Amino acid sequence: METYDLTISGALQAIGSGQLSPVELTKAVFKRIEAVEGKIKAFVTIAKESAIEQARSAEINIKKGVKGALAGIPMAVKDNLCTEGIRTTCSSKILEKFIPPYESTVTKKLKEQGYVLTGKTNLDEFAMGSSTENSAFGATRNPWDTGRIPGGSSGGSCAAVSAGECIAALGSDTGGSIRQPAALCGVVGLKPTYGRVSRYGLVAFASSLDQIGPITKDVRDSAILLNVISGHDLLDSTSAPVEVPDFVSVLGRDIKGMKIGIPKEFLIEGMDKEVDAFVRDAIKKLESLGAVPLEVSLPHTGYAVAAYYILATSEASSNLARYDGVKYGLRAEGRDLMDMYMQTRAKGFGSEVKRRIILGTYALSSGYYDAYYKKAQQIRTLIKKDFQRAFETVDVIATPTTPAPAFKLGEKTEDPLQMYLSDIFTISVNLAGVPGISIPCGFTSGNLPVGLQLIGKHFDEESILKIAYAYEQSTDWHKKRPKL
Amino acid sequence: MEIERVALLARIKLAEGEKELFSKQLGSILQYIDKLNELDTKEVEPTSHVLSMKNIFREDRTIPSLSKDQALLNAPDSAGDFYRVPKIIE
Repeated sequence: METYDLTISGALQAIGSGQLSPVELTKAVFKRIEAVEGKIKAFVTIAKESAIEQARSAEINIKKGVKGALAGIPMAVKDNLCTEGIRTTCSSKILEKFIPPYESTVTKKLKEQGYVLTGKTNLDEFAMGSSTENSAFGATRNPWDTGRIPGGSSGGSCAAVSAGECIAALGSDTGGSIRQPAALCGVVGLKPTYGRVSRYGLVAFASSLDQIGPITKDVRDSAILLNVISGHDLLDSTSAPVEVPDFVSVLGRDIKGMKIGIPKEFLIEGMDKEVDAFVRDAIKKLESLGAVPLEVSLPHTGYAVAAYYILATSEASSNLARYDGVKYGLRAEGRDLMDMYMQTRAKGFGSEVKRRIILGTYALSSGYYDAYYKKAQQIRTLIKKDFQRAFETVDVIATPTTPAPAFKLGEKTEDPLQMYLSDIFTISVNLAGVPGISIPCGFTSGNLPVGLQLIGKHFDEESILKIAYAYEQSTDWHKKRPKL
Repeated sequence: MEIERVALLARIKLAEGEKELFSKQLGSILQYIDKLNELDTKEVEPTSHVLSMKNIFREDRTIPSLSKDQALLNAPDSAGDFYRVPKIIE
């Protein structure tokens, strides 16, 4: 096994036993970045110098006996998380030169545990997209087939983990932006419960939906990172004051008798046959491990995408009003103040961001609010209740993460609606605010990864991690790496 | 959708080609969204937020915040302790 293919737990073990030093590990990861980044384009900013420095100080700390949970682990961070002194662009021209004067809470926590930041990863501009093609700095490629998209919007983070350009990464998920690219890149992606992780320093897209989560090579690493980033934060009033369990300690526990709901509404028309078959096999596997599959109904699933695109764009139109060329970011010249705003936003935002701001502005505008925004919020209530009802009888819900494997670059860029529909299985999870994880469950005949999504109750990441781990232990999908 | 009126509300200047393209694309997205009207939601409470939290208060105490220099660091234009913008008053 190559050094860059190590997991967090594997690397910590190798470092702990003295077989590997943080500097060696970091250098191995950068050697890999130099070898493959030209093909993958996972990063917007690579931070090699500071990374080597961080690795050195991790080494010194380890010698002193100070042991952070991530001491010397090279990680990538999605470029919509503020990193003090390191450019944070959101893959947008409007923030191309933005250097945050503060650190996001999650990266502060990673720092406290001794992580090494390899760089900031590419995303769809402001996390708006499902393919990482909507980046002002170029598209990221899928490591399994560089003619295909890695998914999005955390496509840079997922591709970097899959290609060995980091040991693990952070992403953000508003409608599937961690789970969908994780599925398409063959890695593990977890969206925690809304409120589990502080969003302080995450550049806001849709504040009632956004959540930060880990992207890793296996389920254990996902639990390790969730332990580090979870918890209430005074700087984010939407972070929940609930206790954080030790997510690693539930791994390996018996899943016998656990009830797994299979929503009948998730067998949609146009579903890829191979994806469908792998997900069914995965459920059979879980059954053989003692879990009990039961059919459940989430009757309003078919309305989730429509409701989401009203709510997310409305919130985005409000959140992105701050990019006005005054306090930070790009400013374009204009005849007067109004013209300056209009020109700045015309030059600074890409097409998809403009489209969504306009849709959201329309949905919130006088005379349309009740018909669109309020209506979508009511549908959201119905979707939330669907999950509550289903969780009265089952412990977790299993679905495909995506209806199809990774599509080709350019295939859906002309048709935004088709692009939106690729998130059909992940969106309702954000609307309900529940946690979801995607884990590898197969490879198509074209050697493209397939993801299984496990959805849990509010603040019950333990159940989905436990089942995901049990599945992973009985299969080898997560060990496959792309040939680059 | 009256694309020009909405773009003005959103403070985005659209090129002619964008007006046409966005009108078409947003038209078909809104048509898709119309399916929400299949459901009768008269009796349904709207959800703005999934957690049952209401107002979150903290003690009224000063905590460290950004310095003026830090706050102005990313400003496209500044003078002294201020952001500078194009003239507003005629």
